[in-house]
Amino acid sequence: MTDQVIDVTDLRRSYTGGFEAVRGTSFTVGRGELFALLGTNGAGKTSTLEVLEGLARPTGGTVRVLGHDPYRERAAVRPRIGVMLQEGGFPSELTVDETARMWAGCTSGARPVADVLRSVGLGGRGGVRVKQLSGGEKRRLDLAMALLGDPEVLFLDEPTTGLDAEGRRETWDLVRALRDQGTTVLLTTHYLEEAEQLADRLAILHEGRIAATGDVAGVVASQPSRISFELPDGYFPGDLPPLAKIGVTGHDVQGRTVRLRTTELQRAATALLTWAQHTGVELRGLDVRAASLEEAFLQIAKEATRNDPRAEPARAGSRPVTNEKESVR
Amino acid sequence: MNPTTDTNTGSTATNMAGSTVTDTAGRHASGPTGTAALTTPAGRLLALARAELTLLGRAKGTLFAALFVPLVVPFTMKSAVKNMDLDGTGLSIGSVLLPSAVAFSLLFAVYSALVSVYAARREELVLKRLRTGEVRDVEILAGAALPSVAIGLVQSLVLMGMCAALLDVGAPGAAHYVVLGLVLGLVMFPLLAAVTSIVSRSVESAQVMVMPLLFASMLGSGVVLPLEVMPDKLASVCELLPLSPVIALIRGGWTGELGAGEGLRAVLIAVAWIALGVFAVKRWFRWEPRR
Repeated sequence: MTDQVIDVTDLRRSYTGGFEAVRGTSFTVGRGELFALLGTNGAGKTSTLEVLEGLARPTGGTVRVLGHDPYRERAAVRPRIGVMLQEGGFPSELTVDETARMWAGCTSGARPVADVLRSVGLGGRGGVRVKQLSGGEKRRLDLAMALLGDPEVLFLDEPTTGLDAEGRRETWDLVRALRDQGTTVLLTTHYLEEAEQLADRLAILHEGRIAATGDVAGVVASQPSRISFELPDGYFPGDLPPLAKIGVTGHDVQGRTVRLRTTELQRAATALLTWAQHTGVELRGLDVRAASLEEAFLQIAKEATRNDPRAEPARAGSRPVTNEKESVR
Repeated sequence: MNPTTDTNTGSTATNMAGSTVTDTAGRHASGPTGTAALTTPAGRLLALARAELTLLGRAKGTLFAALFVPLVVPFTMKSAVKNMDLDGTGLSIGSVLLPSAVAFSLLFAVYSALVSVYAARREELVLKRLRTGEVRDVEILAGAALPSVAIGLVQSLVLMGMCAALLDVGAPGAAHYVVLGLVLGLVMFPLLAAVTSIVSRSVESAQVMVMPLLFASMLGSGVVLPLEVMPDKLASVCELLPLSPVIALIRGGWTGELGAGEGLRAVLIAVAWIALGVFAVKRWFRWEPRR
């Protein structure tokens, strides 16, 4: 028995018409781990997930879930996984109870319907038609159906989109409880907080490729911290202490505003402030910001927009992959 | 990775999903497939069919069309059939109307109703959602079809009984052809419905997309006009339409005048349509809406 519950190697997925949504991603998820695929809309999260769920065949690469090919060996995989799609999929004219009963009849080892509905906070809503549920309630019904068979592996595609703050927190608690019981969870999200709160490890997807991966601390550490400030009149960037020597790895100047990037925040900040004190300069708008997941994410998204006009990547940034646009016909 | 850091959230969550704890523990301990009973195809089909029946009961329009058109229309045709020149065809009013009645049941209660069902389930992403579960593709389609097929079956039997009693057709001469015709029809039309739903983007468009086969069947398969009274050349083309062999088997089975060769030919045509339907569904059926 392998400990890798999910194993993705060089996954590619193209749609008819040639658009390549997933362009060679690889990652593994161990038993009991909670792995988040983080990315903007169109990054390839759902396209990746659909292959893992066995809904679609990969165009290239291999995918294993619980040691099986999820597409060809569906019968072996399905009774052991639970899936929540990004968007509902329940007949609007059925009640919550009727929907759950239908799913229970199609799910091996289904738990009592009432228990599961209660666990997602739909206890009193059994008699309500699906079309009358709020958006958040529909998401929770979807989650309940994914949990019905007590799955070993849970795939959640944007589980909290459309939920209010309280609903989101309750879903997080539920997902955490499942993870603590040993359920392996793969979720996609575009909420940074969600990934930060829940994920043991995560991958930031961008344009079908993994732009960064690791645990939250690791991903954050791969990103530089930032210092920005305004120089007063009469001072120029050249007056600053030699940047390379104080641990600054990059900078840009816009009018009077100077932005520095560094992987050694304390050293750089200390040197800068010492210099300011010695020279009697007031650094207005001083902003010292440690690297965060948000920074990392925004940085990747920003590089995206900069590069977007179908151009080659201008800077040798944090993107470890080449940008050849194969099979865009 | 910190299951112990946040005790507060931890305990709330455990309460919230209290029953999960014991269940999961038990199951994971007993191995990956566990001792939990696996679902069976029959069980899954039944669960789907039950939900579908509930939905059918709530779709008043579809239900009305399915239940009443086949029961009413054949008898409004009676006067038209009376004026037909049936001499030399070996047919009577009853043996013309009886297969027509079954045909209306297959066309409206089964075919037309199911095209809407498949289109609606696709539109609401129900098909896609079901495909993430243990149900196999064929079960999804069959489960959705089961209530309509059951209605078609019961309706056909009732109509046969009514025709036999009210129109003096009596008992069938070769009952096995009647059974064969009905069974082939009840397998073929759900398949054709699934095929038609491929080109139906919505429930509304489904109601238009059923028209070609409805009209072709009514005009060319002997529903309104028996093939026996058609010119030979036209009749030999019309024999190849999907509904034609079903009608031929039921009509010929009832009159008892269907030869073994004709019977075999009808069965082969029906089987060919079924095979074509299976092929088309496997190849082109869409499980989610076009975006």
